[in-house]
Amino acid sequence: MAEIVGGLGTSHVPAIGNAIAKGLQNEPYWKPFFDGFIEARAWLKRIKPDVVVMFYNDHGLNFFLDKMPTFAVGAAPEYCNADEGWGLPVLRPVKGDTDFSWHLIEGLVGDEFDLTTCQEMQVDHAFVIPLQLLWPEGGVPPVVPIAVNTVQHPLASPARCLKLGRAVGRAAASYKKDARVLVIGTGGLSHQLDGARAGFINKEFDMECIDKLTGNPEGLINYTVDDIVRLSGTQGVEVLNWIAMRGALLGRVSKAYCNYHIPISNTASALLMLDNEAAEARQAA
Amino acid sequence: MADHGIPGTTIFDGAMAQKGYALNKMCYSFNDAANRAAFLADEDAYCAKYHLTPEQHEAVRHKNVLEMIAAGDNVYYLAKLAGIFHLNVQDLGAQQTGMSVEAFKAKLQEAGRA
Repeated sequence: MAEIVGGLGTSHVPAIGNAIAKGLQNEPYWKPFFDGFIEARAWLKRIKPDVVVMFYNDHGLNFFLDKMPTFAVGAAPEYCNADEGWGLPVLRPVKGDTDFSWHLIEGLVGDEFDLTTCQEMQVDHAFVIPLQLLWPEGGVPPVVPIAVNTVQHPLASPARCLKLGRAVGRAAASYKKDARVLVIGTGGLSHQLDGARAGFINKEFDMECIDKLTGNPEGLINYTVDDIVRLSGTQGVEVLNWIAMRGALLGRVSKAYCNYHIPISNTASALLMLDNEAAEARQAA
Repeated sequence: MADHGIPGTTIFDGAMAQKGYALNKMCYSFNDAANRAAFLADEDAYCAKYHLTPEQHEAVRHKNVLEMIAAGDNVYYLAKLAGIFHLNVQDLGAQQTGMSVEAFKAKLQEAGRA
């Protein structure tokens, strides 16, 4: 029986990859960010995930505008990182779990999510950097990627992304194999790279998001995507991945740790870990 | 369509995606190192190969981020072109806001103290 043991949200800024490559983790600029992951790695030792579902957004590595899925689920035995054009080191491939992928796909399509399924899928910094932060020594569990379009509007709404996450949570709960599942959402929080408003950051809205993601995710579903852009920046919409992550936590949710720091590159960085105590576990206790 | 009433912000919607298709397609090709080299070897020929509109071609010649966005470029693809010239997102931010890179970085730091 699969069980979702926790949810984690983290920023995925490309500059993190460069900082790791150059060994800058203890530099004053980077230390407040990287120190959060000491806590994250201790938490992983406690919750012991053996498979990961990751909501992230592709930035023009696997998907181009010729075919742009709103939601795409990986169903590959392995996912390769590749050159994104801006000098990040290419990281080693990540193992998939095709049985779990197809189980989730069955569940999601059964739940009326009309997905794109990918038996080959390159994964960019938004996918590999969080794994590098969480498992710097290797030993990354198999991962099922779920790519959420944050590039080309119209984007799926916060309400829809929360429902997507819940469908993932229900599907995972019906998986017959024993598995301890960690759900990750990457990106954000507030930042804007483009336009005369470049450099926009909104700490107050980020705090609201962290608070609501922890205890009241429904509190975010009345925002439109334009609202999120206005409040969080053009790339702040990556919080949609966090909302989907939170949706998958259907048990009793409590905050294990949170780290928030401005800035990393142009971004308000955040790390949030949520424990998810499943209903069955509560009844047994 | 692209004006969603958010100051200083272009939403990359269907209208912009359609307008910027050729330019974004060129930028997408820069995932490949050989294509980056080909662009550097002859920028005009490379732009012509991707059938950039005159507005897009001028924006690329000027290396002007706001012009490229107005011509339909999406910042994720644009960043691949910027990478060829070793420009990071602070460089792009500084150019778009008319600030020095140092002033732009200070503005970001300031947001953390707010």
